[in-house]
Amino acid sequence: MADISRTRDIAEGDESAPWWRVVERDGGRVVEAGGPWIVMALRGLEPGAANPPAAARAIDIKAVTALDTAGVTELLHLRRAAGGCPIEGADEARSGLIELVEKNARQAAAAPPPVPLLIAILNDVGESFTRFLDRSARLLEYFGEVLVIIAKGLLRPGRMRVNATIVQMREVWIRALAIVAVLCFLIGVVVAYQGVEQLKQFGAETFTVEAVGISILRELGVLLTAIIVAGRSGSAFAAQIGTMRVNQELDAMQAMGLSPVEWLVVPRIAALTLSMPLLVFWGNAMGLLGGAFACEIYLDFTVSQYFARLRDTVGINHFWVGMIKAPVFGFVIAAIGCYEGLQVKSDAESVGRQTTTAVVEAIFFVIVLDALFSIFFLSVGL
Amino acid sequence: MSTAAQASGEPAARPPLAEGGQITDRRDGRDRVISLRGIRNKFGTTNIHRNLDFDVFRGEIVGLVGGSGTGKSVLLRTIIGLHKAKEGSIEILGQATASASEARLANLQTRWGVLFQEGALFSSLTTAENIELPLRERARLRESKLEELAALKIAMVGLPPDTAGKKPSELSGGMKKRVGLARALALDPELLFLDEPTAGLDPIGASAFDDLIRQLQRSLGLTVLMVTHDLDTLNAICDRVAVLLDKRVVAGTMEELLAYDHPWVRGYFHGPRARAAGIGGDSGRRRGT
Repeated sequence: MADISRTRDIAEGDESAPWWRVVERDGGRVVEAGGPWIVMALRGLEPGAANPPAAARAIDIKAVTALDTAGVTELLHLRRAAGGCPIEGADEARSGLIELVEKNARQAAAAPPPVPLLIAILNDVGESFTRFLDRSARLLEYFGEVLVIIAKGLLRPGRMRVNATIVQMREVWIRALAIVAVLCFLIGVVVAYQGVEQLKQFGAETFTVEAVGISILRELGVLLTAIIVAGRSGSAFAAQIGTMRVNQELDAMQAMGLSPVEWLVVPRIAALTLSMPLLVFWGNAMGLLGGAFACEIYLDFTVSQYFARLRDTVGINHFWVGMIKAPVFGFVIAAIGCYEGLQVKSDAESVGRQTTTAVVEAIFFVIVLDALFSIFFLSVGL
Repeated sequence: MSTAAQASGEPAARPPLAEGGQITDRRDGRDRVISLRGIRNKFGTTNIHRNLDFDVFRGEIVGLVGGSGTGKSVLLRTIIGLHKAKEGSIEILGQATASASEARLANLQTRWGVLFQEGALFSSLTTAENIELPLRERARLRESKLEELAALKIAMVGLPPDTAGKKPSELSGGMKKRVGLARALALDPELLFLDEPTAGLDPIGASAFDDLIRQLQRSLGLTVLMVTHDLDTLNAICDRVAVLLDKRVVAGTMEELLAYDHPWVRGYFHGPRARAAGIGGDSGRRRGT
């Protein structure tokens, strides 16, 4: 192969670009090709079909300085345009290359025809429907298995995997304390500040304490914590289990007769169901503290005045309404995270996709459940 | 070429190596496609390679072998530029990679192809898109040309045409390797690096892959450097074998290595597996070089 710079830009008449021309020679019309017919230089070549040479006696490639498979495909196009004449001037190596490409190009061209559009649409509809049925069946199977294993564990507590649960609790509870504290505190401050601003117009700014207390205890504390946990732990569950699927760790477990649901899923669900109330309690405390902080600054309430008023005016029922939701949300977030992790196929892309799905679905279900809880508590008068 | 720079520390029993870590010089006036001089690689406090010289000449297939932990993959990664050597110089296709400008390095990268062990296909792209990617990004061809070349490369590595639309997750291990090879060949490189090309393939698939590499190497005029543990591959298609011994490369033909006096080499080329592969015995006449 001649040494040619492959980086130079290809310009008209440049020696680094492939070219061909039609000449009259030896009593016939011959297409002469020259320059580098290689993949990095082909950009400069006019498509053969756009400007076809008339039927020629031969294609002469003696002047071709370099040739590779991509170049050969263009030569073959040129030959087809020139009426299928023979290619001349190739040495043994180049003839071999041309033969190789010719043979494989024939095979590549034998690709099956595309499916008609209507059939393709019907295929798509059918496929998504069976996928939906399949998915529903798998979801049912999964929840069944989770509940059976939890029931077994409750009947025989010795079977529960306590160590794994505690390890997970450290991850989802202890390590989440800081972020939950900061965010709930800030929300407490924000609610109190807004309360003071709005209620001042009616001269009712002291009711800020009730506004903060009720909104944090009933809704904001638990919702905010659930969203943090979904983003933090739900996604981690999906990614951990999904990566284990990619590494075939789940297959290895099943081959040993160990159920991934028992070993991986149930400890995570138990850990998060137990951790959520603890986190929500902590978050509530921090939210109320944030409210106290804001009230001290904007309202000249001392902290003890604030808490005294809170105790006198905000019933304990508000606290319980919030706390009851916590384990339910924890269960839902963990169950969805683990389920999506198990749905990972054996490639990296699906780990990312299932992790995203886990977080979005978890937050979606948390908010839907929160709405259902609100209706329920309203109707029972709590 | 006479015997050149020779490091101390070689046992007296073994004759000094020729240039580029060879047992006897087999250059025969060919270009050096890869030329390593004085490479040192270090992990923590241990040297993996020290004072390592290694040459690969144009148009040959070289197998790189060595025990676990001798740094075969590290050496391959060093040559490709994924790992930076502590010391030493690397010249590939006449270019010193350490001092090359970014543009020259990018140009150089279009002239080699790499097949990673598991294929390393981009899992979000179809087979055809995987092969088109280097063509689109580096050669800037028009769309229809990309499809044509991808289909050609798929046929060249012996896959059926309908592989083009499949995602890597739908392919078997052997098919992934073939697609990886097709992607490595996308830009018609002069130099091909293969990391354990036949690992994980069944014997029939492995020998078909060997044949494929040999056939492509001949018809495309490739130079191939492969890390392998497959003694059948070494015996069937490698012109020379490079062994990582005592942090350096000792390279030679199979015959030379069979006669080489070193405990690891003896264990490797005279072991039961080597005999099973037909190495060493009279029946094991290699194909002519």
